[in-house]
Amino acid sequence: MNIKKWLGFIILFALTLCVEAKSVHVAVAANFSNTMKSLVKEFENTSDYQITLSFGSSGKFYAQIKQGAPYELFFSADQAKPDALQKDGLVITASRFTYAIGRLAVWSARSDFANKIETKLKEGTFNKLALANPKLAPYGAATLEVLQYLELIDATQSKWVRGENIAQTYQFVSSGNADLGFIALSQLLGKKWDKDKVKQGSYWLVPDSMHQPIKQDVVLLRSAEKSQGAKAFLDFMHTEKALVIIAEYGYLASNSSNIGQDI
Amino acid sequence: MSLSDGDIATIWLTLRLATTVTILLLIFATPVAWWLARTHSWFKGPVSAIVALPLVLPPTVLGFYLLLAMGPNGAIGQFTQALGLGTLPFTFWGLVVASMVYSMPFVVQPIQNAIEAIGNRPIEASATLGAGPLDCFFTVVLPLAKPGFMTATILGFAHTVGEFGIVLMIGGSIPGETRVVSVQIYDHVEALEYAQAHALSGVMVVFSFVVLLILYTFQRKRKAVGMTYGR
Repeated sequence: MNIKKWLGFIILFALTLCVEAKSVHVAVAANFSNTMKSLVKEFENTSDYQITLSFGSSGKFYAQIKQGAPYELFFSADQAKPDALQKDGLVITASRFTYAIGRLAVWSARSDFANKIETKLKEGTFNKLALANPKLAPYGAATLEVLQYLELIDATQSKWVRGENIAQTYQFVSSGNADLGFIALSQLLGKKWDKDKVKQGSYWLVPDSMHQPIKQDVVLLRSAEKSQGAKAFLDFMHTEKALVIIAEYGYLASNSSNIGQDI
Repeated sequence: MSLSDGDIATIWLTLRLATTVTILLLIFATPVAWWLARTHSWFKGPVSAIVALPLVLPPTVLGFYLLLAMGPNGAIGQFTQALGLGTLPFTFWGLVVASMVYSMPFVVQPIQNAIEAIGNRPIEASATLGAGPLDCFFTVVLPLAKPGFMTATILGFAHTVGEFGIVLMIGGSIPGETRVVSVQIYDHVEALEYAQAHALSGVMVVFSFVVLLILYTFQRKRKAVGMTYGR
């Protein structure tokens, strides 16, 4: 056997190990996926660390983390899952903070609904109203609060179609199956907070006084307590650059740290 | 282990869906299986491939395309609207149509295999004795291919019960209309209601085991006919 060939393999293997060691595995709630991709691009420009992203629902990530999934950071869509993980003793409490506050929008892909969305919603002149399942998705729970505030629950309930998450709710509207849908503003906005960037249809930005703020928390997992990469990325989340990107996608940035400490 | 009223409603809905789909599939799939078993046409390959597609495609892909096709701008949606039926997504009958696509190969293939196993001779013999095609089908093919039909019925039913991805894509989780057992379990897990998820999942495991047990016990008896499927 050619010894040089083997040596080459071993060196290559060792190199991949080095690269692996610098990669940070991050679990991200689906509503934040576009924003996170931009954040990671910016972060990797200036850092030696690589970020490996997994997108999904917070409930699934919670179940996986409880079973020892190899994530280092968990960007949840709410505060309930970080709360639960904290109770289980699986996260570093001091690392936790609210990285974004979500905004709700009522969106329609129909051109004849432009500028009339609020009226259409209140009049009930639409076929279906798509919303994220209130039991599962924080945006769904907020939707329920808005409908309660507007006293529209009884009037609209027979027209509800529930998406399992905010991405599916978007799909119901974009495919034309539902005239209206409560979705995350971040799903509509591209890189710029700009009405023209909405590819299809139009939206009504729900005043945030109509529902509890949709606070989304990030936690460092206990298994990654020593991870320098994870810490570097958390630090990056506090920088001006990161806050600008988060705001561009329609989130209110928030940096109140350690909010969960009294649990 | 206790099931809530909502859980029990999803079980009934699932059984209603699976029964409807199985009956309709037996009606629609039998001619297809018959044709595939008997034809020498050039189209046999392409049609077989289309029937088998749901075996390969992820249910989310099927569900996504069905959502687009059955929507107001899709081909199926335009058709159902023209008939005055509205659109199919978020309705029980939408799930029926989607499930029929999804479970099609599990019903067509056992029937096709059974008819192929009969061969030409009994059919030709019945024709010489003066039986018309329909008479031949009901008095010769159906009795001889019975094990194939039984397998098709059980697999079609069981596969529809186990369906998840498509229902998730086009259902909209409406209680009593489109919220089936698998979606309810998913909801429980996502909502961290693990006890309820366990209870309902337990019911599913027992049900699936019993169905497969019936299938394989039944197949063992029929082994001499060469009617095994799924192993």
